Amino acid sequence: MTMAVTKLRVEEKLYQNRYLVDPGRPHIKVRPHERPSANLLALTHICPAKCYELNDKGQVETTSDGCMECGTCRVLCEASGEIVWNYPRGGFGVLFKFG
Amino acid sequence: MIEQEFDAIVVGAGMSGNAAAYTMASQGLTVLQLERGEYPGSKNVQGAIMYADMLEQIIPDFRDDAPLERHLVEQRFWVMDDTSHTGMQYRSDDFNEAKPNRYTIIRAQFDKWFSRKVRQAGATVLCETTVTELVRSASGKVIGVRTDRAGGPIYADVVVLAEGVNGLLGTRAGLRKMPKPESVALAVKEMHFLPDEVIEQRFGLQGDEGCVIEAAGTISRSMAGLAFLYTNKESISLGIGCLVSDFAQTMESPYVLLDNFKNHPSIRPLIAGSEVKEYSAHLIPEGGYKAIPQLFGDGWVAVGDAAQLNNAIHREGSNLAMTSGRIAGEAIIEIKGRNQPMIRRNLALYKTMLDKSFVVKDLMKYKDMPALIHTNSLNFFMTYPQLMSQAAQNFMRVDGTPKIEKEKATTAAFIRARSRWGLISDVVRLALAWR
Ligand SMILES: Cc1cc2nc3c(=O)[nH]c(=O)nc-3n(C[C@H](O)[C@H](O)[C@H](O)COP(=O)(O)OP(=O)(O)OC[C@H]3O[C@@H](n4cnc5c(N)ncnc54)[C@H](O)[C@@H]3O)c2cc1C
Ligand code: SF4
Repeated sequence: MTMAVTKLRVEEKLYQNRYLVDPGRPHIKVRPHERPSANLLALTHICPAKCYELNDKGQVETTSDGCMECGTCRVLCEASGEIVWNYPRGGFGVLFKFG
Repeated sequence: MIEQEFDAIVVGAGMSGNAAAYTMASQGLTVLQLERGEYPGSKNVQGAIMYADMLEQIIPDFRDDAPLERHLVEQRFWVMDDTSHTGMQYRSDDFNEAKPNRYTIIRAQFDKWFSRKVRQAGATVLCETTVTELVRSASGKVIGVRTDRAGGPIYADVVVLAEGVNGLLGTRAGLRKMPKPESVALAVKEMHFLPDEVIEQRFGLQGDEGCVIEAAGTISRSMAGLAFLYTNKESISLGIGCLVSDFAQTMESPYVLLDNFKNHPSIRPLIAGSEVKEYSAHLIPEGGYKAIPQLFGDGWVAVGDAAQLNNAIHREGSNLAMTSGRIAGEAIIEIKGRNQPMIRRNLALYKTMLDKSFVVKDLMKYKDMPALIHTNSLNFFMTYPQLMSQAAQNFMRVDGTPKIEKEKATTAAFIRARSRWGLISDVVRLALAWR
């Protein structure tokens, strides 16, 4: 399946959700790198909100607006220092209506 | 700035934190509970089956006003391949009792209700507050917390870490390690809304009766995983989860698995015409007994998912969370009653009490399961489901082949796929881990 199709599919899903985005304060950052590790690369497929994407230089970038704060990327990539992960400030981030 | 010093600070207003805060506040302890979400439940995801017994021990009359969806009278276990499911089903009118045993709930609503009870019991609950750090004394005892609100630290005799599976505080303070990718599952879930009479018709239910389906098989594409479909009053919760280590290896996308599950011919008619109102994701601790970290120390205890107290085999988590929260609260009350300090030696009482409960006993029983499932996921989640489907179809399809030949073909298919020795060893290993 092409990336564009899956992206659309996730966006449709995330569209149902409520978020309070903290502008200018992303809670996840990717450390600058030449080549992503296997785990970092895997995040472009396995992040349930598709927050990670490959840029045209083959590096992984993140936009955490749709993040559901599950922690999968933290479990895979925090220890190696490839990403920095913090909870959004109190009240911000995803707001599940049902959960 | 909060000047008061509390008997206890509880971090998190999920199942375990609410149980701990309620238990302590209702016995007169001064309790401050901090929750990062806008309201309790806004960050929490569950299937969700709630087990009455464990809540009853905390709030005996919870049925009077708790937001309960349906009480369960039927459970289906399905082994699925791409076009079929082979199932076991249990339904009993005995479950239509005065005090039913299991209910479906919707976490955001349930957590708000539980939090109201915590406030009524006398605790101070502050939402929209992320705890950023534990404060320690010169000797290293945890004596309070710092938050992202203005003002200095807040102090307490003991801090209850009820921060859930992705608990940053405990791991950053070095109290426990971050969960390993092979001991947590990533689950995605959707809420599908349908009129209640449609749900009742499709599942053969009356009134508040409910039905749940647990499913495994090729839907997880050879990863160790489980899918579920639970009936609520006017909605259906469904989702699928697999180990994070398997996701990282296969690079399967969770939302693709979810959509495949929804489109499976056995599931599609059950949710036809529904309106999807939410998509969520959350981790589930699956490491079992061997993954339980240190549970107490000087000035702190860890409860619920933060302590990996989750029984993945039976899909129980909220009840272990509630029970560990309650027991931690009771241990703290006991220590306070003796006028003893909240130090490691005394807080060991929490673990002693927890070891005697079903929480640790159940996890102990299945201590070898997580490793077995993790290392054999291809057989358990791909090969066997396909074989079972073939065997069932072979049994049912009437096509003039003599029965004896049909049986031989089924046996041969199992042996071809796993070899005689492989079959025997799978059965033995499964039996040993289950014992
Ligand atoms: C898809 C899915 C299905 C499940 N199905 C079932 C089921 O059917 N039955 C069952 O019994 N269990 C089920 N579980 C497991 C169950 O949801 C958990 O075991 C249970 O929620 C654990 O409760 P807890 O209080 O330990 O953690 P949580 O409910 O996760 O609560 C942790 C709380 O702490 C807060 N928090 C975290 N860090 C901070 C901080 N630094 N500052 C302030 N607040 C903080 C969070 O916002 C959250 O409210 C399921 C789980 C999932 C993901
Ligand atoms: S926390 Fe979960 S949803 Fe958020 S970016 Fe990481 S993997 Fe994606």
